[in-house]
Amino acid sequence: MSHATGVSATFNYNVVRQFSLATVLWGIVGMLVGVIIAAQLLWPELNLGVPWLSYGRLRPLHTNAVIFAFGGCALFATSYYCVQRTCQVRLFSDALASFTFWGWQAVIVLAAVTLPLGYTSGKEYAELEWPIDLLIAVVWVAYAVVFFGTIFKRKTPHIYVANWFFGAFILTVALLHIVNSAEVPVSFWPMKSYSAYAGVQDAMVQWWYGHNAVGFFLTAGFLGIMYYFVPKQAGRPIYSYRLSVVHFWALIFTYMWAGPHHLHYTALPDWTQSLGMLFSLILLAPSWGGMINGMMTLSGAWHKLRDDPILKFLIVSLSFYGMSTFEGPMMSIKTVNALSHYTDWTIGHVHSGALGWVAFISIGAIYYLIPRMFGKVAMHSIKLITLHFWIATIGVVLYITSMWIAGVMQGLMWRAVNPDGTLTYAFVEGVKATYPFYAIRLLGGTLFLAGMLIMAYNTVRTMAGAKPVEAAIPAAAPHLEPEPLAAAA
Amino acid sequence: MEILILLIPLSVVLAFLIGAGFVWSVKSGQFDDLEGPAHRILTDDDGIHHD
Repeated sequence: MSHATGVSATFNYNVVRQFSLATVLWGIVGMLVGVIIAAQLLWPELNLGVPWLSYGRLRPLHTNAVIFAFGGCALFATSYYCVQRTCQVRLFSDALASFTFWGWQAVIVLAAVTLPLGYTSGKEYAELEWPIDLLIAVVWVAYAVVFFGTIFKRKTPHIYVANWFFGAFILTVALLHIVNSAEVPVSFWPMKSYSAYAGVQDAMVQWWYGHNAVGFFLTAGFLGIMYYFVPKQAGRPIYSYRLSVVHFWALIFTYMWAGPHHLHYTALPDWTQSLGMLFSLILLAPSWGGMINGMMTLSGAWHKLRDDPILKFLIVSLSFYGMSTFEGPMMSIKTVNALSHYTDWTIGHVHSGALGWVAFISIGAIYYLIPRMFGKVAMHSIKLITLHFWIATIGVVLYITSMWIAGVMQGLMWRAVNPDGTLTYAFVEGVKATYPFYAIRLLGGTLFLAGMLIMAYNTVRTMAGAKPVEAAIPAAAPHLEPEPLAAAA
Repeated sequence: MEILILLIPLSVVLAFLIGAGFVWSVKSGQFDDLEGPAHRILTDDDGIHHD
């Protein structure tokens, strides 16, 4: 390692460290709330008669905590690490980077307080009220300035593909948030606002936002993680760099149009629904391009999977990514959607993406980062990572299979009609039939949460007695000369 | 569905912006070498080594 000559000659690991630890913390909190509401579906009395603990208030708290607190912190940590290492420069501004950390934590805490109190704009995945929306916008602009500022002052001529994904994620989420959260404030306290759009218009904007949040927050951002951390952990270059570039442009060109599939058989015009379905089907191609690219990185070195649990997390996340990006387009087909919509199949689909893909790739990347942030060669216990991997995998499988079965069963029961035209089942019969599957789902979620607690223990043990690392930026490396490789191509 | 009068042009403008970004990146030589960048991240040694 080259010697440090001052602050500017080191990477900013501090903010990466903060976001990494926050990822573990919010992962536990968000998943705990998920387990609580899963238990409430089984035992409704668990809300204890307290309004703050009612399902309707805790459910948005769960989704916001896992998506924006856990997933968001993982994206901040990994993108700040990746952009610094691949550009070989320190972050553009330490002060702004620090502001993004504390600002984002403030958003999370405000969400955790206001959602149980019942303050909500009622827009799914965008429930936070207007003052918090403004804070999110400010933090996000600071994030964009730090990230793109770092890209602009890079010492390497090429911008590595992972940064393209992170960049697209940052810009698009800014646009989505600002358009969808356009609202007219009524009062500051109690916080209340009305959406700038009404009726089906509002629904269309909401799902334009909602699906692109899936596309750019939960997909493009985490693909950025994949393109950096899978090759780094495997010690092998990405299977095809050419494919990664094609994958990037194809994905961001097509994703923007898929939103209407959330509004099949509603007041939305038929042609808009069909257009959304068509683009959702097209999306299968770039999605699988990315999955194949990540998995095939291990081609010829599959044995590495045997004893590297971090790689297991990363590669299995890609198989869940492939599975849920196949399932998604299938569910967007109107005839399939007629069965699946409003059932627990959707919940199963979301969690195959959220637990299997998003959480697994985040966990893998955070396991990669934690030792590096604290000057350790590896995590305290590799065996505990392996244990975490198996517990989490069993948890996800129990979760999604139970929800698939429950969902298809609900869909079939709801549409069953007697010869005289009356419904075969009352709604409550469907609820009763779902009970066993709610229990299996609760078990799956509890296992996943247990895995996170193992991760927290392992993290604390890794940190014990360790000093935070201030990594020096390597001196300009001779390997930056592209000459021999250009000849090979 | 007046909202489509906003959303469709917005998406089209965005598609053009993405297209412009693509043209810029090709012209500025970002994709001239599609082998080297994959290897270069691996030569950046970010591991912790104890002496």
